[in-house]
Amino acid sequence: MQDKQHIILLFLSMFILIAFVGFFQSWNLALTIFNLCIISSIMSLGINIQWGNAGIVNFGIMGFAALGGLANIIISMPPTAKVWDAGAIFILIGIIIFILSISFSILVWLKSGLSKKKKYIINFFLIILGYFFMRYIIDSPIKAIEAIEPAKTGYLGGLDLPIIISWPIGGLLAALIAYVIGKISLGLRSDYLAIATLGISEIIIYILKNEDWLSRGVKNVNGLPRPVPYEIDLQSEPWVLELTKLFNIPVSEISSIIVKLSYSCIFLLILIGILLLLEIAQKSPWGRMMRAIRDNEVSANAMGKDIKTRHLQVFVIGSAIIGIAGAMLTTLDGQFTPVTYQPLRFTFLIWIMVIIGGSGNNFGSIIGGFLIWFFWVQSEPLGLWFISQITAHISGTNIIKSHLLENAAHIRLMFMGMILLITLRFAPKGLIPEVKR
Amino acid sequence: MEFLNSFILITNYIIIPGLTYGSQLALGALGITIVYTVLRFSNFAHGEFMSFGTMSTILLTWVFIDSNIKFGTFPTAIIVLPFSIIFTIIYCLLVDKFVFKFYRQQKSKSVIVLIVSIGVMFFTGGLIRFIIGPGDKNFMDGERFILKAKDFKMLTGLDEGLTIKSTQGVTIILTILLVILLFWFLNKTKTGKSMRAYSDNQELALLSGINPERIVLITWIITGTLACVAGTLYGLDKSYKPFTYLHLVLPIFAAAIVGGVGNPIGAIIGGFVISFSELLITFAYKKFFFYILPDNFLPDGLLQILSTDYKIAVSFIMLVLVLLIKPTGIYKGKIIE
Repeated sequence: MQDKQHIILLFLSMFILIAFVGFFQSWNLALTIFNLCIISSIMSLGINIQWGNAGIVNFGIMGFAALGGLANIIISMPPTAKVWDAGAIFILIGIIIFILSISFSILVWLKSGLSKKKKYIINFFLIILGYFFMRYIIDSPIKAIEAIEPAKTGYLGGLDLPIIISWPIGGLLAALIAYVIGKISLGLRSDYLAIATLGISEIIIYILKNEDWLSRGVKNVNGLPRPVPYEIDLQSEPWVLELTKLFNIPVSEISSIIVKLSYSCIFLLILIGILLLLEIAQKSPWGRMMRAIRDNEVSANAMGKDIKTRHLQVFVIGSAIIGIAGAMLTTLDGQFTPVTYQPLRFTFLIWIMVIIGGSGNNFGSIIGGFLIWFFWVQSEPLGLWFISQITAHISGTNIIKSHLLENAAHIRLMFMGMILLITLRFAPKGLIPEVKR
Repeated sequence: MEFLNSFILITNYIIIPGLTYGSQLALGALGITIVYTVLRFSNFAHGEFMSFGTMSTILLTWVFIDSNIKFGTFPTAIIVLPFSIIFTIIYCLLVDKFVFKFYRQQKSKSVIVLIVSIGVMFFTGGLIRFIIGPGDKNFMDGERFILKAKDFKMLTGLDEGLTIKSTQGVTIILTILLVILLFWFLNKTKTGKSMRAYSDNQELALLSGINPERIVLITWIITGTLACVAGTLYGLDKSYKPFTYLHLVLPIFAAAIVGGVGNPIGAIIGGFVISFSELLITFAYKKFFFYILPDNFLPDGLLQILSTDYKIAVSFIMLVLVLLIKPTGIYKGKIIE
C-alpha cells in the first residue's frame, strides 16, 4: 500500500505544480503544458513497453511521431483537385514497382541456392533497376503535382475524413513501418539497434522534408481540421458569454481555455485507455514472458519462447503507441512541420522521461512524461529568473551580464542532462520503481 | 582535352571535398572507435566533445586576434589548436571522473553507459550554448585559397576550374599527420601496446600488471585530441554552429560502423566510404557527361541519383545497409556483448 500512496502523492504534487502555473502565469499556459504533458506521457509509455518490459532500445521515436503526423495529412486534408489528371496513379505504380523489386531481391537472397557473390550482384542490379525504373515513372507526375498551385497545395492532399480517424491510422502507419524496421534490425545488439533506429528515423524525416508531393516538405501543411470547435465559433455562443460574465475574464481567453480543455479531455481518455491496456498486458502471462526474455534471453529461449517474434511484437506495439501520440500532437498543433522533428526534443527527451519516471513502470513513465515536459517548458523562465538573480548586483550594461541573460534559455539542456545523470547514478530505478511481481 | 576537363570537374566537386569531409569523419570515427574498444560503450557525447573543442579554439582565436598575435596568412585557429586540445582533454577527464568512472567500476551494461552518455551530451550541449551562444560563428582568417579557379584556368587553359580552399589543404595534411602519429603510438610504443592488450582482454591485462587507470587516462587524452581536431577542422571548413554537431554524431557513427567498430583502420576507411558515397550519389552528372559524350547522346535532366537534399540521409542509408548485410563492417571489428 505504501507504493500506492507514493504514486498518488507524486501525481498530486504534479497537478499542484501545474495549478501553480495557472495561478501565477495563466490558465491558458497551464492547459497547454498539461496537454503536451499527456502526449509526452503516451510517447514514454510506448518506449516503456519496449525498454522497460523487453529491453529493446528504440531511438526512432522522432520518426514514428512524424509518421503519425503524416497520417493527419493523408486522412483529413481535402484532396487536391486535378492530381489524378497529373498522374498521381503513376506515383503509386512506381512505388509499388520499387517495393516489388526489393521484395524480389529479398526472395533471391533467402531462397535461391546461388553463391553469395552472385546474390550480391543480382540484388544490386535488381534494386538499381527497380529504383531507376521508379524514378522514370514518377519523376514527371511529381513535377506536375508539385506545380498545382504550389503556394497553397502542390501535394496529393488527403481523404477529407474526420481527423480523429487519423490517430489510429497514425498508429497503424507507425506499426507498419516498425514491422519493417524491426524485421531488419532487431537482430542487432542493443547499441547497434539504437544507432540503426536513430538513423532510420532520420531517413524518415528527410523523406518527409523533401518529398513535397507527399507532405509539402518544408512548406508545411497548415490548417489541419480539428476534432474540437474553433475559438471564433465559441465566442458567439450564449453559454460562453455567460461564463465570461461569471469568471470576469475576456471572451477570447475563455474560448481558448474551453478548446484546450476539450483537447485535454480527449487526450486524457486515450491516455487512460492505453494505460489500462498496458497494465493488463503487463500482468498477463504475455507480460511475464516479456520480462523473462528481458532478464535472461538464453533461458527464455531454452523454455521454448520465440524471442525474435516476441521482440518484433513488442517493438511494433510500442511504436504504434508513439505513432498515435505523434498524430495527436500534430492535431493539437494544427499544422505539420517536418523541420520541428529534432532528435533532441523527440527521441532523447522521451528517453529521459522513461528513465526518470522509472523504467518498467507505466505510472512511472506517465509521471516522468509530466515532470520532464513541465521542466522542459518551465526551466526557460526559471533559468532566466535564476540568472537575473545572480547578476542583479552587476551594473546594467556589463557585457558578461547581458551575455548570460541572452543565453539563459540554454540552461535547460544542462538541467536535463544533470537530472538524467543524477537519476542514473543515485536512483537508477527512477521515481516509481518497477513492481516486483 | 574533353577528358581532362571531365577529370578536373570530378576532382573539383567530388575528390577534394570528399577527401576533406572524409578526413573529418575519419577523425571523429577514430575517437568513437577508441572509446568503444577500450571503455566499451558507444559514446553519443562525442559530437559535443568535438563541439567543445571547436568552442575552445574559437575563444582562443578571439583572444589571439585581440592581442594581435598573427602568423602571416596562416589561419590562427590552427596555431591555437594545441591549447584547445588541452582544454578538451581536461573536459573529457573531468566528465570521466564525475560520470563514467562510476559505471566502469560498477561494470554496468554498455546500454546503460550509452544512456549515461546521452546525459553528458545534453549537459555539454547546454554548457556550450550557454558559453558561446547558439549562433553561427565563422573563425577562419588568413588566406582563403591555395588555388583559385581563375588562376588554374589561366595556368592550364582548360574550361573547368579547380579550387582548393586552404581549409581543405589543412584538413587533409593535419589528418594524415595525426593518423600516422596515432598508429605509431598504438603499434610501436609500450603504452600503445598495453592499451591494445587492455582492450583485447581486460582481465588478462590486469594480471600482467597493466594499470587500468593509466589506460583510461590515455584513452581520454587520445579521444580529446581527436575530437578537438576533428571538430575544429569541420568548423573551419563549414562554419561553427553548436546545433550541427549533434547531427554530426550520426554520420560519424555510420563511418565507424561501416568500417567496423573497434578497428582504427576501419574507422578511417569508413569515413571516406561515407563521404564519397554521399558525394557520388548526390552529384549531378550532367556536366560530366557533357564533356565525354557526343552532343546528340546527351540525355535530359540533371542525371542525379538522389537530390542534394538527401546528402546526409545517404550516410544513414549506408549505415542501415551495412548493418543489414555485414554488421561487423568492412574490416571485421570487435564485438562487445
